[in-house]
Parts: sequence; C-alpha cells; structure tokens
Amino acid sequence: MNPELQGRVFAPAPAYLVGREKVREFARAVDSTSPLNYDPAAASAAGYSDVVAPPTFAVVVQEATLAQLLAEPDAGIDFSRVVHGEQRFSYTRRIVAGDELTATLSVTSIKSLGGHSMVTAESSMVDASGAHVVTAISTLVVRGEE
Amino acid sequence: MMVGDVLAQREFALTRDSLVRYAGASGDFNPIHYRDDIAVSVGLPGVLAHGMLTMGLAVQPVVDWLGDRGWVSDYQVRFTRPVLVDAADGATVTVVAKVGLVEEGTARIDLTVTFGGETVLGKAQVRVTFA
Repeated sequence: MNPELQGRVFAPAPAYLVGREKVREFARAVDSTSPLNYDPAAASAAGYSDVVAPPTFAVVVQEATLAQLLAEPDAGIDFSRVVHGEQRFSYTRRIVAGDELTATLSVTSIKSLGGHSMVTAESSMVDASGAHVVTAISTLVVRGEE
Repeated sequence: MMVGDVLAQREFALTRDSLVRYAGASGDFNPIHYRDDIAVSVGLPGVLAHGMLTMGLAVQPVVDWLGDRGWVSDYQVRFTRPVLVDAADGATVTVVAKVGLVEEGTARIDLTVTFGGETVLGKAQVRVTFA
C-alpha cells in the first residue's frame, strides 16, 4: 500500500439525494422500530421536514467515496484483501429525506502493523447549503500477502 | 441515569434473508454475505453478516430507549469477530446497552454485542445528545 496516500483529499463525490423510500428500506433492514424513520407525520411532529434516517444510514452515502479510494490507481489496495476494522459516524445534525449530501473523502492515516496495512479515511458530508451534516470514518485493514 | 445502568437489551434473529435485505438497502453486494462457495474460497467458515448490519442493529435498542428525548450524535465500533449466519439456523445477536458516562446534556452508552457467547464489536460507544 502506498504511504504517500496519507493526507490525500479526493474530489467530492456526486451529490446523493436522500429518498424517503430509501430511508424506510434501510430502516427495515436494520430492524428499526422508530416511527421517525417511517412516518412523515411523526417526523413532522418532532420538528423534521421528512422521515429521519437511522444512525448508520450515512454508510450508504459514504460508499461512493470508499469506492474512489479503492479505485485510485496508485493506492495499491487489493479489494479482496480488505477487511473493515472500525467505523464511526459523527453527526452535526440528523439526515432527513430530501437532503442532498455531498461527500468528500480524505485519507487521514496509513499504518503498517505486522505485514498488514491500516488505512483510515474520513468522508465529510455537507448539505446543499454547504453546512456539515456528518463525517463517516472508516478504518480498513488490508491483509498482507500470506 | 447512573453509570452502569442497563438501559436496554435486545436479541436479533438474523437469517440469510436479513443479509440479502441489508445488501439491497445498503448497496454492499460483497458475495461473502450471501454465497457460501465464495466465502469458503476466501478462507472464511461460511457466509458472514455485514459488519455494518451488526453495527446498524446494535444501536437500535438505544434509539428505542431514547424515543423523543434525544438523538444519536456519534457512534463508533470496532469489528472484532465475524457473525456467521447459518443457512438453516441463522444467527442470534444479543445487544446490551449500559450507561458509560453522563455529562451535561449528553451521555455515552456502551454496547456489549455478542454472538455465540463471544463479543463481536469492540469499543462500541454511542454518544446521545438530549433534546
């Protein structure tokens, strides 16, 4: 894996429009029972403009940025050797249906550990007004050759 | 609310259907989450749950406990062990949510997430911000 990747900031991924049915589909998939994830009236009563996404929904938006990293020609990351090590979401506000999110990936750390490499990448997501919504942070472990 | 209080506890019965549903909802179509032959060919004992599915499920008892009192403003985990989902019997994942730290307007909730008696998520911490 290329250590010069550390500090690299990628071009913003195309904007992701959060759809109400996508939020509902994701909520069902993680066994959510929160009415805020499904019912626009419940979300509205709680002060939101539409259904609210579950806490890990940002991974759907983050995915396109991680694909940029894995596809980077000089990264030297063999996808078949990648294991998800850690994940974090730090929110400024909740994601709601109707949000148009733009994610920008930066590689914050690259480490080697006993033949394996660990890369930490942050995807910072802003809404249509440019205000921060959430940062999704992934640490990927790239297993060394056996 | 005191440090150490158990706020919520829930068991999730995962099946292969759960994995297919999560693959579609999340867009993660890595075949190790639905094909035994491919999982075995890369040295795994069988089909595994997506780590992000386990992470997504594990926070739900906290979301339910919170209701309209607040929201999850930060959530982190380490993926320490895989959840093997048997084609016939599925897998049961157990979540226990305990108060880790209480501060002005916010709290840290620590999750213990187990499968087959072993912890599958490490340092699973949920930051809740009260309304």
